[in-house]
This record gives sequence, C-alpha cells and structure tokens, in this order.
Amino acid sequence: METRYTRTAIALHWLMALLLTGLFCVGLYMSDLPLSPQKLKIYSWHKWAGITAFLLVLLRLAWRVGHPPPLLPAGMPAWQQAAAHGLHHLLYLLMIAIPLSGWLMSSAKGFQTVYFGVLPLPDLLPKDKELGELLEVVHSGLNFTLAGLVVAHVAAALKHHLFDRDDVLSRMLPFHASKH
Amino acid sequence: MSTTRILLATLAVVAAGDLGAVEYSQFQADKSRLTFVSKQMGVPIDGSFRKFGGSLSFDPARPTAASARLDLDLASIDAGSRDANEEVVGKPWFNLKMFPTATFVSSAVRPLGGDKFELAGKLTIKGRTQDITAPFTFHQEGSNGIFDGGFVLKRLDFALGDGVWADVATVANEVQIKFHIVAAAAATRK
Ligand code: HEM
Ligand code: HEM
Repeated sequence: METRYTRTAIALHWLMALLLTGLFCVGLYMSDLPLSPQKLKIYSWHKWAGITAFLLVLLRLAWRVGHPPPLLPAGMPAWQQAAAHGLHHLLYLLMIAIPLSGWLMSSAKGFQTVYFGVLPLPDLLPKDKELGELLEVVHSGLNFTLAGLVVAHVAAALKHHLFDRDDVLSRMLPFHASKH
Repeated sequence: MSTTRILLATLAVVAAGDLGAVEYSQFQADKSRLTFVSKQMGVPIDGSFRKFGGSLSFDPARPTAASARLDLDLASIDAGSRDANEEVVGKPWFNLKMFPTATFVSSAVRPLGGDKFELAGKLTIKGRTQDITAPFTFHQEGSNGIFDGGFVLKRLDFALGDGVWADVATVANEVQIKFHIVAAAAATRK
C-alpha cells in the first residue's frame, strides 16, 4: 500500500486549494462592486475559473477512483478516521455543488456562461428571476459552508503535524522532506 | 341610360371594396412586442420594452403608401437584470431625465416580394437621429395584421454607453432589435 498521495493527487489538491481560495475572494469582492465594464469582466472570469474548478474536481475524482488515498495512521481513533473520511467526502461534494449552483444561478438569471468567451455552455434552467435570486443565496451559503469546513480541515492537518507528529500532512506536500 | 348608371355604380362599389377593405391601422399595444438582444462579454442578453405606443397604416395592396410612427417609453426597459435596469436610465446610457422617449418615424416602405417588405425611417434616441432600415414580414391572422421584423442598432451612434461603457469589447456596439407589431384592420373605408 502506498504511504503517500500520488503526484497527480497532490498537484490537483494544491492547485484547487489555490483556485478555490481565489474564487472565494473574487466572488465576495465582485458582488459588492457597482455595475461597470470592469465588474462584467470580473464576473465572466469568475464564471470561467469556476467552471474550470468544476472540471478539475471531476478529473480529480476520476483519478481517485484508480488511485485510492493512502490509509490513515493505524493509531488514529476510529471516530477520527470516520470524521476525516466524512469531511473529505463533504469537501468533494461542495466542490461539485458550488460550481453547479453558480452555473444554475447564471442560467436562471438569464446570463449564459460562454466558457472563456468561446464555448457557450447550455443553460441548465430557463430564465426565472426569483429562482435566480434563491440560487444566489444557495451559492453563497454553500461557499461559506466550504470555508468553514476548510478551516476545520486545515486545523486537523496542523494538529496531525504539530501534535500527533504523524505523516498526514507531509504525505500531501509536494516537496516531501524525510519523515521526522 | 339607367342600366349603365347602375352598372357603373356597382363597379365603383366593387372596386372600392377591393382596394380599401384591409388597411391595418389599429395598433394593438397589448399584443405587440419590442425586444432586443445585447451582448456582454460575448454573452447574449435578452431585453424588452414594455410600454410603447404608435400609429400606423398599412395596406398590403399598396405598401408604398404605408406609414408608421412609434413612441417608446424608455423607462419601461427591461435590460435583463436589476443592476442593468438601474444602470441604463443614467446619463451614460439613455439619460432618461433629459430624454424619456425614443421615436421612430417611417419615411418609406418598399415591397421586397412575397410577404417581405422593407421599412425605412428616422430613429431618434437621446436627441440623436439616425436613418435606419428594417426588413419585415407581414401576415394576416383573423382580422389582425402582424408585422415581424428587426434591425441591428449600433448603440454608439446614439451615444448609448458613454465613457467607460464605450468599450465595445465588454458591451458590444451591435444590439439586435426585434419588433412584433399587431394591428387590427380599420373599419372599412368605402
Ligand atoms: C468552485 C467554484 C466557485 C467558487 C468557490 C465560487 C465562489 C463564489 C463566492 C464566494 C461568491 C460571493 C457570494 C456572496 O456574495 O456571498 C460568488 C458569487 C458568484 N458566483 Fe461563484 N463560485 C464558484 C463557481 C461559480 C460558477 C461556476 C459560476 C457560474 C457559472 C459562478 C457564478 C457566480 C456569480 C454570478 C456570483 C455573483 C452573485 C451576485 O450577483 O451576487 N460561480 N461565487
Ligand atoms: C480550498 C481548500 C481545500 C480543499 C477544498 C481541500 C480538500 C481536500 C480533500 C477533498 C482531501 C482528501 C483527498 C483524498 O483523500 O482524496 C484533502 C486532503 C488533504 N488536505 Fe486539503 N483541501 C484544502 C486545503 C488544504 C490546506 C490549506 C491544507 C494545509 C494545511 C490541506 C491539507 C490537506 C492534507 C494534509 C490532506 C491529506 C489528508 C490525508 O492524508 O488523508 N488542505 N484536502
């Protein structure tokens, strides 16, 4: 059994962590801007990057099917193992649900997504203002849920590294130093 | 003598009936629609105007005699989203306080063959007047005449979207306008 994540899994994990953090900050920033050409541009980029994140998570899950993650340290209590698995599943679920809710929201608001200005994506819903506003709340709510879970996720990773002193963090790091 | 007179009178009535029976001039505001498609960042956005009035007269047998006038209440715009609706009333766009209405006055109608025609006229928005031509089709539905047509408006010709908005890479210069006008046949003129 492997004791580390594959390079691909590591690369995708950190690439997505960066992308999602960026998307989150840009999302908060842009929605408060007054309408301007600049705002329209940022919205488009947010949607394109968000769809990219959606594609990346699908790729990541496909990879994961063929490359199961390494087992958690044997000494970890069963409830912590269950919590870790549960949390990871929730994170994946949100990484799918958030871009989907964004796509649905844009469809309902009548703003089609044209990926990088080139590839028109089908509208998933017909135009419906009320539904669009509801989905905006859903998109926002899912985002803050993800943010909260990521804080817990990072805290858990740091706990493993600093207190349990196991290899849970280092096996996800790209430049793996020897175990201490 | 009297038979000739009756014959002439009959002919006159028949001729008048043929020529004057169908002139479409009762504008049906509730059935007519004025919509447009703008493009933001390459994405088509549907919009419409809910309030417009007008007058027209169109006889399919004598299209060149047709005329039309349209007054558009710009405040009734739906530009696709609340943000956009708030934005377009302002100075860089329609400047509604100064220019609450847009008008179109036809100058000529030309038959293009079959049910196709071409409308030419002057469109005034925001104090600027431009010549436009719009092909349209005409068909009858019961006692109504239906006109479907459209043209491409270049928003910058009317100074729509000044300043930062003049950048056509974000909001395209071309706006596709579509009209669907319904008019009832007027009471027969004899
Ligand atoms: C994983 C990917 C994504 C993340 C992390 C993300 C994050 C966010 C965040 C944090 C906001 C601000 C919410 C708020 O104001 O409370 C936001 C807004 C928005 N997102 Fe996303 N988003 C993602 C994907 C997408 C996608 C794929 C689309 C559309 C195709 C999209 C469309 C939007 C729109 C239109 C808004 C603005 C809503 C408004 O008008 O206030 N997002 N996003
Ligand atoms: C948006 C941010 C993040 C998301 C969505 C995210 C998501 C995930 C997911 C889904 C997994 C499970 C991988 C799998 O088993 O297939 C994982 C693993 C991991 N993440 Fe993150 N992550 C994020 C940020 C971070 C950050 C900032 C850290 C650094 C402290 C981190 C540390 C780890 C570690 C150490 C693992 C491996 C856990 C193990 O060995 O089982 N993550 N992450």
